[in-house]
This record gives sequence, structure tokens and C-alpha cells, in this order.
Amino acid sequence: MLSPAFLSKLRSLLPPHCVLNEREDLLPFESDGLAAYRNTPDVVVLPENEAQVAAILQLCHQNKVAVVARGAGTGLAAGALPVDGAVLLVLAKLNRIKAIDTLTRTAVVEPGVRNLAISEAVAEHGLYYAPDPSSQIACSIGGNVAENSGGVHCLKYGLTVHNILALRAWTIDGQLLEIGNESLDAPGYDFLALMTGSEGMLAVITEVTVKLLPRPQRAQVVLAAFDDVAKAGAAVGNIIAAGVIPAGLEMMDRLAIQAAEAFVHAGYPLDCEALLLCEVDGVNEEVSADIYTVRQVLEASGAIEVRTAESEEQRLRFWAGRKAAFPAVGRLSPDYYCMDGTIPRAQLPHVLKRISEMSAECGLAVANVFHAGDGNLHPLILFDANQPGELAKAENFGGKILELCVEVGGTITGEHGVGLEKIKQMCTQFATPELMRFHDVKAAFDPDKLLNPGKAVPELHRCAEWGAMHVHGGQLPHPELPRF
Amino acid sequence: MLDSLIERIRAAHDSRTPLIIEGGGSKTFYGNPDEGEVLGTRKFTGVIDYQPKELVLTARAGTPLAEIEVLLGEQNQMLAFEPPHFGGPATLGGSIAAGLSGPRRPYAGAARDFVLGVRMIDGTGQPLRFGGQVIKNVAGYDVSRLMVGALGTLGLITEISLKVLPRPAAETTLQFELDEAAAIRNMNLWAGQPLPLSATSWHAGLLTVRLSGAASAVQAAQAKLGGETVKDAAAFWQRLRDQTTPFFDTRSSSSNQSLWRLAVNPTSPPLTVSNRLGGDAQWIEWGGAVRWLVSDRPAATLREAARAAGGHATLFRGDTPADGVFPPLAPALLILHRNLKQRFDPRGIFNHGRLYREF
Repeated sequence: MLSPAFLSKLRSLLPPHCVLNEREDLLPFESDGLAAYRNTPDVVVLPENEAQVAAILQLCHQNKVAVVARGAGTGLAAGALPVDGAVLLVLAKLNRIKAIDTLTRTAVVEPGVRNLAISEAVAEHGLYYAPDPSSQIACSIGGNVAENSGGVHCLKYGLTVHNILALRAWTIDGQLLEIGNESLDAPGYDFLALMTGSEGMLAVITEVTVKLLPRPQRAQVVLAAFDDVAKAGAAVGNIIAAGVIPAGLEMMDRLAIQAAEAFVHAGYPLDCEALLLCEVDGVNEEVSADIYTVRQVLEASGAIEVRTAESEEQRLRFWAGRKAAFPAVGRLSPDYYCMDGTIPRAQLPHVLKRISEMSAECGLAVANVFHAGDGNLHPLILFDANQPGELAKAENFGGKILELCVEVGGTITGEHGVGLEKIKQMCTQFATPELMRFHDVKAAFDPDKLLNPGKAVPELHRCAEWGAMHVHGGQLPHPELPRF
Repeated sequence: MLDSLIERIRAAHDSRTPLIIEGGGSKTFYGNPDEGEVLGTRKFTGVIDYQPKELVLTARAGTPLAEIEVLLGEQNQMLAFEPPHFGGPATLGGSIAAGLSGPRRPYAGAARDFVLGVRMIDGTGQPLRFGGQVIKNVAGYDVSRLMVGALGTLGLITEISLKVLPRPAAETTLQFELDEAAAIRNMNLWAGQPLPLSATSWHAGLLTVRLSGAASAVQAAQAKLGGETVKDAAAFWQRLRDQTTPFFDTRSSSSNQSLWRLAVNPTSPPLTVSNRLGGDAQWIEWGGAVRWLVSDRPAATLREAARAAGGHATLFRGDTPADGVFPPLAPALLILHRNLKQRFDPRGIFNHGRLYREF
């Protein structure tokens, strides 16, 4: 609980409408996009400018009060889950686009600016901001930096870390960090990379300079159906081996296809085990050459049907099914739980087979959608939270999927972050020395552990309590033992 | 071999012996002078894993870049950040530790953009592994990228996993006679259009532009832009990448001149500091974002010119200025640098002072 004296000091820093601590005002902030995790915040502050952010941090630092930063609250890993006795620092009101420079192809924005709002603001200049997480209509750029958000175009255009140039951020003791500049690099350690994906653990971002790209002259998508997921997986590697880097390369399995088709009528073939959507973009001639190559490769890889979108309208319809896959699956089941592992693509058939076996074992169905180009797997576990024990069963199943991803040389999170949700699996992915170094990085910025405490990096003793097993370099402990 | 490196580092930690990490020695000129026993990585060599279909290569730090480039070339792939070799036997580890990239950087990304994971040994002799071999990975802090450009001050990189890319099917280089201001403007205007740019350079009144992509796309862009086709363009870009053209050789000049790298806002107008010696004393690349100056001006003057142009100035080759070769850090950032160094290398044995003399 925060003391009345502290709350009164906090109120003195901000206009009255920027401090919330009545219960009904706090409820909307009790969870982020992972609604299974809820905790009512003690107090919510919504600063309207950078100076207020700095003052809040200084006050919290002086009083040793923890701070949880939150953007639009669309995160999927409970990274912005309120912490008891902490201030929830909501940056949504810092939502100005401060500058757009079309010649340098950059925009300077506050952290609360929505991802899609950037592309909308620069569209008239033929430019856009490349990372496009599926929540882009709502998620904010500050949150994107905190999570190193991706999207469907990462293989070609990179993640957030590849598309930002500079940050203004504040340490917990109220020091301004000016990271990056107007050139393409900065002296010293790469703090731009370190801050990106740091999940609000190191500093609070108040300004982001993003890179803008010229909108591709043309984008075209090819749809291919396969009677076997392994063939579809192999086709992905074959496209890349042919020298094409698709702008987007997505795969859906049978259950996801059926759900999407029933929901949005995208015209997907239904008699297949896997569907690939391969989009290429760029200059007109490049797209023509790539589409030709992609079609050839897909046919040679055993696709039972290959269709090229012949119009923009058809391209959007092909995508509509994939983009609606999550809500479509949501219609099949009262609840679903979305996982976010990444695997080396070659492991796809093995991983899908294991997921299907585990699904049968625990009795919960799974639909798989997959950013196939970059190996990022989103299994959607179907369950009913109203059935006693099902949520726990789904979480347990999800945890096993993540451990499988680590076992085959991948990672527990490709783009959603660790937050609180995957903190146990961090003990699987990393051994003690690496976890200690993560705590060292944290301590270099925030020795009192006041920023987003308890998230992203597990305390070592917690790993021991959970009994989580570290899988090192794809080797399970005791590799001599047979495992089936 | 790894064990012997660990033992050596543990011993150095115990005895507080400063070490200088050295790969191929092609970049010994880069950074502040440092002293210590040489810890060589050249014997720690070999490609561990290369999966062309996964676009991922993993190799030991001492592996020569040239060897990696040949291997990638056999599969029609490349290191898209075009790491400089500087005319020497550059290694992968050195390239990543220095964090330098070549002409393709503004269009394809920098060394740090392609690093997926590292294995390293910290200053206590503890082997560590961060990141991995997959393109998307947000578990834990991005320590792999933190190592890029840290000049070995946080630890010895022993193994690196990189994203690689297909080689473009076709490349053409065009040249235009243009003054500096017009060249800077064109570099930026063209970069904002859907054109397959892959490198830009301006020097002595000549704007040189490389186009890469499908043959039809390169031809279409060439038809749009005009210009003269450059013969033997690969050698031109390689000489620029490796700084083997006479422009970059400050030793050959009789006066007391140094080579400075000014990283600036790419649209910055011609820098007035360069005018005294005429256009010949400057070489622009990276779409205008890097201005190489051969100058005898004081460090403070050049640093201020770069700062005013939105960036920073580094002494690349020449006598170390009093405030070091790299631009001084703001106090808040310097504290964080020291804190990190203290955590990763508590006794300061690795490359002490090479990046900043304070650590």
C-alpha cells in the first residue's frame, strides 16, 4: 500500500485528472492484453509531458516506490501487469507526433503514439513505418520499443530494433538518457539495442525517432495449399534458398484455416493440411521476377494448389483470413491462449508433430499460425476458463510448448516478451550465469529494482523453487537417456 | 582451445593482467591506444554451422571473414553489412567487436542488425551465451548486440551467429558528375523512392550509386536515373569499403593530417570545415550520413561540426586527440558504461581504455 503522504506528493506533481486512485477508475488498468493475469493498481498516473514523467520517477526513486510503465496495454505477456505497492505509469497521453522529416525519412514521436498512426501520418509522402504487430491499430510505439515488437514483415524489414534511430529515456533516478542521434550510429555501447526489448526494466522512454521507408511500388501475394505440413515447411526453406526474401511468409494449419475461412470467407482451399501465404514487395520488376520464382518453387515443393492474387482486392482477401486467425479461433472456443515461441524453421515438422501429440495427451485442441519466414510460431491453445482447472492445464501445455522450442534450438518468445507470463520458462532457456548477467545489466541501470519489479528476468532462487530445467544448447540434461 | 582461452582469462583476472584482444590485426589502428598482453583469437577458427535455408551462419571468432565470404558465395549468399577488411586478414570476431559496416549499411543494415547471438567469455573467465540462431528472439536483454562495437571491453566474443542474405541477382554502378550539395540531395531523394539502391558515394565531384536486385529492376532503375555505367565497380566499392584508395592513407600526406569519420544527419548540407582544403579532402558515403574528412583541424572543431550536423566525430586514423578518438559521452551515459563494464569485467582486464580511457 502506498502511504497517503506519498500519494499527496504524487498529486502535487500532476493536474488532478492525471492521477487515478478510485477503484472504478483503476479497474481498466488491472491487466494488459493477457487478461488471465489481473491485479488492481494502487494508483495510476497519466503524465501529459516529459517533465512530469521525470518528476514522477524522481519522487518514486526518493521514496523507493516501484514503477510499472504501461503504453496502450495491448501486451500479451503481462509485462504491464500492476505490481502491489507500485505506481502504474501510463504513457498514453504522450501521444504527439513531434516531427516528420520526409527527406531524412524519419519521424520523432512520443511513446503513446499508436504504431499505425505513424504510417497514417506519413502516407501522403509515400512513406511508412515497417514493423506491424497485429495490434498495430492500438499498440503504442513506446510499448513496441519496450517489447521489440515484430509483425508479419520481420524477415525482410526487421523488428523494432532495426527500425528506430534514437530514444529519449529517463532512468529511475530522473536522469535523461539521449540514446542515438540523427546519424546512423552512436559512440559507445549500443544502448539503443539494449533498451529495445528491455520490457520497462531499465528506463522509461519519452521519445522515439523512427525510420520510415518508401512504400513499396507493388506488393503481391501467392497462396499455396499443401496436403502435408512438412511439405509446406520445406517449401519455406526452398523459397529462401532460391534467393527470394519475401515481405511476409505465413503458414496456417488445418484448424486455423478452417476457423479463418468460416469467419471471414477468404476463399481458402479447405481440403488441405497447411496453407502458405507468400507476399513479395518492392519495385515492379523485382516483384514480377520474385512472383515467378516463388510459384515455381511452390509447385516444385509439392503444393496441391497455387494461386496468385491478381488484384489488390484479392490480395487483401487472402490476407484477411490470416489477419483474422486469432478472433476466428476465438469463435471455436470460449478462450484461447496464444504462445509465441521461435524455432529454426527446419524443426517445424518435428515441433508441429510434438504439439499435436501433447494436444492429444492433455485433451486441449491447438490451432497453429506461424510467421514461417522468421520461425515465429503462435500456437493457439483452445480452452474454457469456466471449466475448473482448464486455464492451469492450458498454461501448463503452453509452458511445455515453449520448453520444446528451446529444446530444438529456439526461444520462448519471438515478439511478445517475457513479462510475468514466461518468467518460469526463462529458467529453461538460460542457465544461472546468463541470468546473473541479466540481473547485472538491470543493476547497472536500476540498482534498487524499482522499474517493473518481478518481470522479464526471474530471481535465481525462483528457478530453483519452480524446479525448471535448463536445456542447454538443445541438449537435455542426461542426453544419454532415451527420450520419446 | 576454448578451455585454454578461459584459463588464460581466469589467470589474467586473478593477477589483474591487462589483455589486448586481437583477431587478424586488421583494425589495430582503430580506437584509443591500449596496453597489455595480446590475447589472440586467430587459432579459434571455423564455421560451426551454416544453414543457407535458415539464412543463419555460426562461426568461431577467429574465422577469417574472407573464408566466410567464400563459403556464403558458394550458396549465393552474403554478409549484407559488407564488413571492411581494411586490406588485412580481418576476422569475424574483430568485425563484430568493432561493429563497423561497409557501403551497403544504409540500405541493408549494420553489423549489429545481423547479429542473432554470441558466445563470449566475460572478464572473470565465465563463458556465456546470449541470443541464438533464430531471427526473432526477445527473451532477456539484448546482450548480443551490446557486444557489437564494444571493442572487446565487455568480454571476449568466441562465437557469433549471424543472419545472412541472398546475393542480389544483378548489380550495376552508375556515376554522375555533381557538386557536393546536389549529390547529398539526390542521395536522400532517391533513398525515399522505391529504387533498389545498395550503396552511394560522393568524392571529387562524382556521385557513385550502386543498384542491386533482379536484373529487370536494376535495368529499370538505371533507365530512370541515367548516369554513366562504371566498369570494374566491384573493385571501386571494395576499395571504399577497405579504405585502400590513396584518399584514406593519411600516412602518405606530408602534412600532419588525420582521417576523421563524421557521422551526421544524412541531409546535412556540405560541412564548412572541409572547404578549406577543397572538395578533395572529403569523401561522403552512406547516403550522406558519413563524411570522411582528411583534416588537420583540432578535434574540438570537428566534433562541434559533427554535433551541429546531428551526429558525432571519431578520429579514425591519426594521432589520438587529448579527449580520445571517440566523442566524449554525456555524464549520464558514461556512468552506465562504467557500471556495465564493472559488471562484465570487474577488474578491467579487457582492452582497457580502447573505447574510453575511463574504462
